[in-house]
Amino acid sequence: MQRYSATAIALHWLVALMILCSATLGLYMVDLQLSPTKLKLYSWHKWLGVSIFLVAAGRLFWRLTHPAPALPPTVPLWQRRAASLSHALLYALLFVIPLSGWLMSSALGVQVVYFGVLPLPDLVEKDRALGERLQLAHLTLNLTLLALVVLHAAAALKHHFLDRDEVLQRMLPAVPPRR
Amino acid sequence: MTCAMPRLAIFLLVVLAPALPAAAQRITAIDYERSEIRFAGRQMGVPAEGRFGKFSAQLDFDPAKPAAGKAAVEIDLNSFDTGTPEADTEVKRKPWLNVAAFPSATFVSSAIRPLGGNRYEVSGKLTIKGRTRDLTAPFTVRRDGAATVLEGAFTLLRLQFGIGEGPWADTDTVADEVQVRFRLTGLPSS
Repeated sequence: MQRYSATAIALHWLVALMILCSATLGLYMVDLQLSPTKLKLYSWHKWLGVSIFLVAAGRLFWRLTHPAPALPPTVPLWQRRAASLSHALLYALLFVIPLSGWLMSSALGVQVVYFGVLPLPDLVEKDRALGERLQLAHLTLNLTLLALVVLHAAAALKHHFLDRDEVLQRMLPAVPPRR
Repeated sequence: MTCAMPRLAIFLLVVLAPALPAAAQRITAIDYERSEIRFAGRQMGVPAEGRFGKFSAQLDFDPAKPAAGKAAVEIDLNSFDTGTPEADTEVKRKPWLNVAAFPSATFVSSAIRPLGGNRYEVSGKLTIKGRTRDLTAPFTVRRDGAATVLEGAFTLLRLQFGIGEGPWADTDTVADEVQVRFRLTGLPSS
């Protein structure tokens, strides 16, 4: 069996963990009353979003320079196509979601300052109505991501437990063979 | 050739004279349309800016006689405006400016001294939220058309005035320093 490279595997699970943290943080923080904690969480969420964008850029570069291992020959064509499409969409969302958050921050007049030291330029002028539309866009894109992640994970589990092929294992860290 | 030089001199005088800075004049009344008081703080390293939409100033300042100058400014704290309603509502609440109990901030000058050129320095007492502290702020004076414009800035430490109490006193989240900038444009004396 041919696995993904160790770098690809590490980046995949890193992004998965970052998305889990960022989405949890995002859902939790929005309903809080204004407090120092809320301001902190918002900033952490934004830093995490910028980081996801950067790691996603690294992943994309790695993916383009290191082809993914071939799927087992038993996988039908429609599933190969569905996999390619959903992977492309997942990659796209890794970039579009942080961008929508950045746009939204600009429109709402709360600049993104990466780790509190590196200010990102505002992409649009402060405009509350636009900010509220971007808020909705950010949420909608995230719900789309959630749906795709569920599909992605369900497909991986189906391959492992129903098809009993190596598709999921290709993305799991290699376990040293027992002696 | 002999008469070229005087002509050139006259030409230069006529063309350049309007560009020379006219002397700033005494200010006794403020043109509020062209005056503003702005503030800028930071939360988590993120700049947060705004202005006070309403204030009044009694000013008598002659750049030629700065020591005789006087200023008294009253800011309507209900006019605190960042353009972000949540922030404005929060800052007017009790832990911050407590505008219900302290609707205005005042500054009364005690001395104005020249720093050389068009620069001056005003000292006085700033009162916010019932607390009075000494304040010194440098400012410049310039001519803008027929009007005289005073512009200056100072750093206010919000905790000295109890602005942001309880959990909000945490300066890791909201910086203690608040930059305040003012521009006061005089009404041309009639």
